Amino acid sequence: MARRKLVIPVVIGAGSFLGTVLYRRRSVRNRTRLDIYFDDGSMVSLAAGSPDADRLMPHADLVLAAAREGA
Amino acid sequence: MDATAAIAELRELSTQIETVVVIARDGSLVASSVQDEAASRIAAAARDLAEGADQVRRDLGREALAQLQAATPEGSVFLVVDDHRTAVATTGADPTVGLVFYDLKTLLRQIAEGDGKAADEEQERTDGSA
Repeated sequence: MARRKLVIPVVIGAGSFLGTVLYRRRSVRNRTRLDIYFDDGSMVSLAAGSPDADRLMPHADLVLAAAREGA
Repeated sequence: MDATAAIAELRELSTQIETVVVIARDGSLVASSVQDEAASRIAAAARDLAEGADQVRRDLGREALAQLQAATPEGSVFLVVDDHRTAVATTGADPTVGLVFYDLKTLLRQIAEGDGKAADEEQERTDGSA
């Protein structure tokens, strides 16, 4: 009985932790994207994980890093 | 208005834009809100970003690149392109996107208007001395 009392909070705690990690990972992924707008008014949004975004986002990271150092 | 004055005015008005760099079409640095070394590195990385975006445009068969936003959890990079220059700005996370694009377009327009005035004054001087 005492063992069961211990297992339930541990399982709930581990589940909450895992949920938080997954939610945070998904949130970060959703917030990383590249939106490109063209002269005709159209736009394309490249989500993190797409080949083009993964190729271009490092350049954006370099801009942000240089800006932080120069500020 | 020259580029330096236009950037100073933008920095006063905008609470979201943290860094601004203006680059000429030939890649040279026009003006910036940060030290030259950092500005040069921002300009170089922004040029690579713009070239990559232009490659995407060619692949998709779209018209010319007008502007872009690269959003990350740490902050965003904005690029706005006109006929002569590119304005690059950085912000914190979750900026008001439309407002930042508007401010950068205004910046480029003010610099272009300054070019026009300078050209007119040069023409007047030339006419006056002739």
